[in-house]
Amino acid sequence: VDWPRAGFAEGQAVTSRPAPRGPAIAVAIAWALASLAVAGCDGAQSALAPAGRGAARIADLFWVMTIGFAVVWTAFVGLAIYAYCGRREHGARTGRLVILVGGVVVPVIALTALLTWGLAMMPQLLPSSGATLEIEVIGHQYWWRVRYLRGEQPPVELANEIHLPVGAKVELRLESRDVIHSFWIPSLGGKVDMIPGRTTRLVLEPTRAGVYRGTCAEYCGTSHAWMSFHAVVEEPAQFERWLAAQAAPAAVPADPATAAGAEQFVANGCGACHAIRGTAADGVIGPDLTHVGSRRSLAAGALPNDTGALRRWIARTTAIKPRVHMPAFGALPDDAADALASYLAGLK
Amino acid sequence: MTQGPPAAAPPPPGDVADPDDPEPLADAPPADLQRAQAARLIDVWKNPRGWRYWSAVNNSEIGIWYTAMSFVFFLFAGVLALVMRLQLATPENDLVSAETYNQVFTVHGSVMMFLFAIPIFEAIAVTLMPQMLGARDLPFPRLAAFGFWCFVIGGVFLCGAIFFDAAPRGGWFMYPPLTSHYQPGIGADIWLLGFSFIEIAAIAAAVELIVGALKCRPPGMRIHLIPLYVWYALVAAVMVVFAFPPLIAGSMLLELERAFDWPFFDPTRGGDPLLWQHLFWLFGHPEVYIIFLPSTALVAMIVPTFARKPMVGYSWVVLAAIGTGFLSFGLWVHHMYVTGLPGISLGLFSAASTAVAIPTGIQFLCFIATMLVGRVKRSVPMLWVLGGFAIFVLGGLTGVMVAIAPFDFQAHDTFFIVGHLHFVLIGGAIFPIIAGLYYYFPMYRGKQLSSRLGTIAFWLAFVGFNVAFLPMHLTGMRGMPRRVFTYPAGAGLDQLNLISTIGAFILGLGIAVVLWDVVRPKKRQPDAERNPWGAGTLEWVQEMPGKPWGIRSIPEIDGRYPIWDQPNLIRDIDEGRFYLPDAEEGLRETLVTTVIDARPTHCQRLPGNSFLPLAGAVTLGGFFVFGTFHVWWLALASAAAALGVFLYWLWTGTALRPEKEEKDVGLGLTLPLYVSGPRSIGWWGMCITMLADMTAYVCLVFGYFFFWTVHDDFPPEPSPGPGVVWPVLGGLLVLAAWALTLLARRWNRRDHAGRFHAALAGAIACALAGGLALLAGPWTTGLDPAAHVYPATVWVLVVWTVVHVAVGAIMQLYCIARRIAGRMTARHDIDVHNVALYWHFTALTAAITSAVIAGFPFVA
Repeated sequence: VDWPRAGFAEGQAVTSRPAPRGPAIAVAIAWALASLAVAGCDGAQSALAPAGRGAARIADLFWVMTIGFAVVWTAFVGLAIYAYCGRREHGARTGRLVILVGGVVVPVIALTALLTWGLAMMPQLLPSSGATLEIEVIGHQYWWRVRYLRGEQPPVELANEIHLPVGAKVELRLESRDVIHSFWIPSLGGKVDMIPGRTTRLVLEPTRAGVYRGTCAEYCGTSHAWMSFHAVVEEPAQFERWLAAQAAPAAVPADPATAAGAEQFVANGCGACHAIRGTAADGVIGPDLTHVGSRRSLAAGALPNDTGALRRWIARTTAIKPRVHMPAFGALPDDAADALASYLAGLK
Repeated sequence: MTQGPPAAAPPPPGDVADPDDPEPLADAPPADLQRAQAARLIDVWKNPRGWRYWSAVNNSEIGIWYTAMSFVFFLFAGVLALVMRLQLATPENDLVSAETYNQVFTVHGSVMMFLFAIPIFEAIAVTLMPQMLGARDLPFPRLAAFGFWCFVIGGVFLCGAIFFDAAPRGGWFMYPPLTSHYQPGIGADIWLLGFSFIEIAAIAAAVELIVGALKCRPPGMRIHLIPLYVWYALVAAVMVVFAFPPLIAGSMLLELERAFDWPFFDPTRGGDPLLWQHLFWLFGHPEVYIIFLPSTALVAMIVPTFARKPMVGYSWVVLAAIGTGFLSFGLWVHHMYVTGLPGISLGLFSAASTAVAIPTGIQFLCFIATMLVGRVKRSVPMLWVLGGFAIFVLGGLTGVMVAIAPFDFQAHDTFFIVGHLHFVLIGGAIFPIIAGLYYYFPMYRGKQLSSRLGTIAFWLAFVGFNVAFLPMHLTGMRGMPRRVFTYPAGAGLDQLNLISTIGAFILGLGIAVVLWDVVRPKKRQPDAERNPWGAGTLEWVQEMPGKPWGIRSIPEIDGRYPIWDQPNLIRDIDEGRFYLPDAEEGLRETLVTTVIDARPTHCQRLPGNSFLPLAGAVTLGGFFVFGTFHVWWLALASAAAALGVFLYWLWTGTALRPEKEEKDVGLGLTLPLYVSGPRSIGWWGMCITMLADMTAYVCLVFGYFFFWTVHDDFPPEPSPGPGVVWPVLGGLLVLAAWALTLLARRWNRRDHAGRFHAALAGAIACALAGGLALLAGPWTTGLDPAAHVYPATVWVLVVWTVVHVAVGAIMQLYCIARRIAGRMTARHDIDVHNVALYWHFTALTAAITSAVIAGFPFVA
């Protein structure tokens, strides 16, 4: 694949990882894991770089368990090595004591404590009332339909991108129209499956502005690997402006080149699947393209969003994303494809 | 062949002739008698030569084929793993296409689970258990051979598919609707039918192991003296009996949806994809412990040997293994934490999933305590055991992490899980199995493996494993989902994935060294000495290399470590001073004992070599293979051929009337040669098989109530149920058939041949009428199974019941024929006992079906 994929924040490079050289260097493994983790917490898709309340709580849970269990593991393996190498024969009483303390007493206490703490955190992670924003997300092979619900007003529909205001409590209603998908923005919180025939719910509370990446976590078919999206967390005012812009109908072509592109859109039947509000195109099978030019990626995270990528996508859909349902328009003449791409890129 | 066993010796001086604790003969039989006995035993137990070799049914032989074939599948799936790691070595790699990659990970997971992990347990168990139990063989050798051939045919069919781009690509848990309506082609059918075929074989092997562990122990091996391996194998085999049927039931439903459009998992017609997940994980979670427990069992045999001490906390280990087995059936929902379940379920299953860590931990601490109490001899097996400890415990701890539901919300379906499950399975199964390979190899090939190569392999595998899989936890936390054929550059995943790939190849090198050590020529290497590790357990009384007879004479056992506990044990066994030192009649025999106290109850004749198991596997395999391609008439022809083979097999090979009623088995003990009812091993085999069958049926009933509780439109309004009259009539007729079968059993025992035949003829008529009446219910009310999940569920319950009734009718005919042919008499009535047992279960099935489909619409 020779084209650049949509850009993401660079994770810190990991340069070295000492290989464990035997059970005696037990601690080294735990240390290596910890150091690697510290080295790379700032990916756009990392559960260890939380930007939401749920993710932050779970990251705390992760660190406490990781450190605690590193200690448990070291103690256990240390004991095993001592038992293997030790030349002294211990009495049967010692043996029974080891079983009782190590196998029963310590685990019961530690696990009870862990379970109590872990489960106490659950009510805050599960859907609850009081959401200030409701978004419906519908999974399709291999893209996301996003609809902002606005009470009495008609919902605002877009695809493969979600904007969230900082500090809001957002409820996502998750559905699927075909197979099982799973909606996951690691930086903001846990994942929830999208199951055909059901509506599942997920509450996110973003706390830090930034651009994060979400992805489908349940294997959903051939191009599961390219079913992603961007989640943009921004200040409330900025969010309101964005939502108002998304609610508006599509921009009218401003120059002859883009107008020709709009004609190509009609002539090639794109409107059978795609909607562009404000035009005759009202298809519901594929993503809504009203403001496709404003999005951060194309084809659910498979490509960056620019005119060149749009052209490549239209001509070679299935080569870029195997088994994607949109047919490739490879026979489109160059000038028609150029016009179409610049029209779509202009739909900011 | 008239040479009888030596006359019973007088009890040794000083012994007050305790009938519960007989001693071996005080004097060895004369040397020429010993030689004659050994020659006769060899003659009876030897494996055939030439092409007939493949008709062997001796478990010790089958076990080795089985083990070798499992390793072949292991290597195949391992190569697929390396293909995946190459693909993921760099971001946006296009070494293999998305379609290929998806097949590769599906086949890798499925083969490792179904063609390696489960079969290797059963393979090792059937190989070791006869020796551990001092039995000549396990009770159903032909069944074991049948299981092996099913496994080979099904496995080759499944693996071969990937070379035709036709392999399944739904992931090893095959979630619908992806696998029901979005993956055309035969891949998913291969998975569903091929694995169902192999699962049936796995259940057959489990029946063999359970009956073997319960009924074929040596005299004196009471329940508290059973070798730990056998305990573990028993627990795991019982788990197979209850864990595999949910998957078989689920696979049947999914295949019905794929082949005939019965919408069990289609939400647009009332179905529910989550039913599959429940059924799958009801199998899938116990499966993990079915893999882990028998491998840990090897550790439980190895550690005491090298610590030179009996296991500390034997009872703890046994109870912990049983507890783990029980708990593992209550954890399946932790694979479904992110399906939007209510908090209360999440909490309960988190608690249960965490709790299972405790019995697991106890087992490991018992092993460590044993090492502390003893002074451990360093060796290659112990090295692999310790490496396995280090890896498995880490996997267990990450398992506790993902058991806590909130953490799983992040970790679920990511590379964290990939890392976790490989730590558990490789640390908990592969390392102990390789330890077991180094430990037990001399017993089967008479040569030691190289400790130098074993050590090199260990360090390569241990380091490679950790380099490959430790970083995956972090890869997952950084947001890499599992089952992706590629990942974007610059998302913080590149280096971690490259490291994992390098580690995977180092691990592969380690496995290659083990493989070389096993296959390298060993002609010039001296034979291993007898009991080379100085172990205390019974299997090590074997000569090096072992003889095909299992054991020279069946000893009386007084302790958990008989070689350590009983002086002169090996000599006494070798000289034939114990039970069954001879094969006077030229027939294969072993002792059957009671379940708790292991008192001998009878001498069981075992079937000899035969091609029937192979023929049975080929014909039954034909049903599944042709079914995959939806060539139904060939599939049905194959099934009919299989039925013919099975009937011939039963007719000529089971419940044979012995030439005499009793036999002197030595040490002054005379035992019957024919028993029926609950004392016979056939009855136990039937009972366990039917428990598995009933479990599958209960899963179908569960489906009915699952739909009812979850969906308002079940049954849909207006309810077009199957009515009341026909289902109730059908149920009553089947109950009548059952009652008549019981009467037939009684009249046979009283030798009323006429009444017996009349009762069975009436039973057959009732069974056929009952089956037709059951079918008439949904048929006359016009229930269309493709229209909605409700009629589909009614139909599936009815068809399941009717098939069982039909098989029951064939069995009744069989009994009539046996009686007429003189193969069954008033005294020799195994057949009718087992058929009556089958009918208990069938009557229960019919009663439940009738009540559910006729009565439930009134409640709903």
